Amino acid sequence: MEAFLVGLIAATLRVATPLILGTLGELFSERSGILNLGIEGTMFLGAFTGFAVAYLTGSLWLGLLAAVLAGMLAGLLMGLFTVTLGVNQHVSGLGITLLMTGISLFLYRVIFGERSVQPSIPTFPKVSPFGDTPVLGPIFEQYLLTYIAIALVPLVWWLLYRTSFGLRLRAVGENPEAADAAGVNVFRIRYIALAIGGGLMAAGGAFLSLAQLGSFIFGIIAGRGWVCIALIIFANWIPSRVLWGALLFGGVSALQLRLQATGAQLPYELFLALPYLVTILALVLAGRSAAAPAALLKPYRRE
Amino acid sequence: MEAVQNSQEKPIAVQMSGIVKHFPGVLANDHVDFTLLKGEIHALLGENGAGKSTLMNILAGLYHPDAGTIVVNGKICHFNSPRDAIHAGIGMIHQHFMLVPSMTVTENILLGLEEPRFRLRLPYYDEQISALGERFGMKVDPKARIWQLSVGEQQRVEILKMLYRGAEILIMDEPTAVLAPAEVEELFHTLRRMREEGKSIIFISHKLNEVTSIADRVTVLRRGKVTAAGLPLAGVSRAELARLMVGREVVFNIQKKPVQPGEVVLKVENLHALNDRGLPALRGVSFEVRRGEIVGLAGVAGNGQRELAEVITCMRKAEKGHVWVGGEEITNCNVSKGIRKGVAHIPEDRNHVGTAPNLSVTDNVILKKYKEPPIASGWMLNHVAATGYAEDLKKGFEILVPTVETPVRLLSGGNLQRVILAREISAQPQLLIAVQPTRGLDVGAIEGVHRLLLAQREAGAAILLISEELEELIDLSDRILGIYEGQIMGEVTDGNIEAIGLMMTGTRLENAPVSQEAHHE
Repeated sequence: MEAFLVGLIAATLRVATPLILGTLGELFSERSGILNLGIEGTMFLGAFTGFAVAYLTGSLWLGLLAAVLAGMLAGLLMGLFTVTLGVNQHVSGLGITLLMTGISLFLYRVIFGERSVQPSIPTFPKVSPFGDTPVLGPIFEQYLLTYIAIALVPLVWWLLYRTSFGLRLRAVGENPEAADAAGVNVFRIRYIALAIGGGLMAAGGAFLSLAQLGSFIFGIIAGRGWVCIALIIFANWIPSRVLWGALLFGGVSALQLRLQATGAQLPYELFLALPYLVTILALVLAGRSAAAPAALLKPYRRE
Repeated sequence: MEAVQNSQEKPIAVQMSGIVKHFPGVLANDHVDFTLLKGEIHALLGENGAGKSTLMNILAGLYHPDAGTIVVNGKICHFNSPRDAIHAGIGMIHQHFMLVPSMTVTENILLGLEEPRFRLRLPYYDEQISALGERFGMKVDPKARIWQLSVGEQQRVEILKMLYRGAEILIMDEPTAVLAPAEVEELFHTLRRMREEGKSIIFISHKLNEVTSIADRVTVLRRGKVTAAGLPLAGVSRAELARLMVGREVVFNIQKKPVQPGEVVLKVENLHALNDRGLPALRGVSFEVRRGEIVGLAGVAGNGQRELAEVITCMRKAEKGHVWVGGEEITNCNVSKGIRKGVAHIPEDRNHVGTAPNLSVTDNVILKKYKEPPIASGWMLNHVAATGYAEDLKKGFEILVPTVETPVRLLSGGNLQRVILAREISAQPQLLIAVQPTRGLDVGAIEGVHRLLLAQREAGAAILLISEELEELIDLSDRILGIYEGQIMGEVTDGNIEAIGLMMTGTRLENAPVSQEAHHE
């Protein structure tokens, strides 16, 4: 039982990592008033760019850096559509997802060609602050990125609520007219928010290819971007609740894998669906009190 | 130094000369001269569309003038944005507040400033803002979030925002339009305090009584031209100001024909309802309105007036109690049944509740008629009949609009109100609920609305008039009820303004109905 729980908790943290990064990225974007449905594609782009650059240069950190930069560019492209051109945010976001998925697959084919065996790279090593201590040792034997992701949660909170940049970002997402009248450059703040958000989303994708898998496959993101969209509502756009939401989803995902392994006489698809069912249930319960940024989905035009 | 008594000796703060501003089809400002002295309250008076807001938007850096010069404290200024104007010490407080509802007072004031550079250090700035508020006699909790504040308090935040940015010249665009009478007094107190500190204030208004009670001098605009420049207000009569403003004498005392009230049309009994936040808004309201009488409901905003109108028109659920119209109970029925029973509603929010802004005049006036022939033709609409109907109303109600196909969002406040009145009155209602029917309208339009309401009274409609304009209530109503915290405080039939004031501030008159709530407690 102890081994089961230890394994479950360790897996929960691992599964939650890309969700924390992705949801924090979406948080930046939505708090500035832009729903970025490009998240699924941006995470895919991050996973691809990270893998390709790491494979070609031999440096995992360079791969991660390249992924973040690519994600920021995807965020800026989203900004061009929604902030400058004022295009519908749903359409722009889904377009970015399709475009980024296509570009990533195309470049993958160009760089690696058709192969019978997928290329792979050595992954990020795990760090183990508690060494071989029972219980604590295996639970906290995690990738450095997991620790970074968790540490980002309070950092993002501080940035949003305790700095003038955060004040401007929130104001732009709540009442861009008022922010503009007070001398805030609404367009610039939204671009910055989208760039930071895109970088975080891509980092979440890169975690999967650089730490968890060591390779790049078509189904690598598997809808995690859409889960982040649900988690941001569950989290009520509050950083700390992003962490709890991601851990809840991660926990149920880790649990269903272990339930499958018990050999229960149930179709395995049922277990696979479990995390998504819990997400929907949590959304129904949490969604009632949801307070979205007031200017979300509204393009801003200066009269 | 001796206090300066004569306004002639005060230094000039702003000198605008020969200001011209064209808008497509309109000459909004036609060679306007305007002089503001330091340490004065200067009223800018004029009807809607006279060019007051345009002139001030030029001074605040929102518009560029086509011609003319602006001199501030002896220096010629060219403003490209409100920021430039603020740097020159000019701040404008608009009618629509520019605040972020989910943020605190301090956060709203700090928004967009160079200082603090990165870390906010809110506790430090909370104290600064408290101190600034106290200096000018404005009590505001710096930690409160904007959505928790009343409209009057939000306005204080806007004023503080400008003062914090170092504004020496404040432009207030119809600051009292959104305020309750008690809040107006507080605002005036603050304005006087600012004048004592040497600030100059421009007070845009079309309300004569406010201008005469607060301002030192007045500049009057009519159709883009100055009709009186910097007239000292001492010794100017209200009738004289009205003439300067509209170009003709305005009848202030409306002639009301005697009408003998008939049978009871609206009967409300022990009504209880909640407001949008789920708190009790009506706590046992009972009264009657008869045929051929106007019953006024006086009260400070937010004491249940809006909720009462919504319950009677079936737009809000009654928690307890009854509403009868013409002897039939309509409590918690749907809106269309109310309309069939002859209930007409002139809502407070004419832009959202009263009309569909993007639809044409025709579409808006048939909204309550589209089910009846000849406009309804089977399950289709007869467009010719609908247009003809709208054309008739346009003529009958003097709606100034190029064609009846024009979307109503392009109409001025007065014309929009005429569209709503045309639709509601043409249904020949037996009960008319009018909520703030003249808010934000100019003198001419107000007169028109008043005449229409009186005509309905003579035609035998029962009218419930909910208003915050005491003069309007006294002029039009046969009886005035006072409402305070969701309860009726009593009834005044002789227009005794003191008694009305008592009811509005929560004193129960001897003739007040005993609240049913008392029995339950």
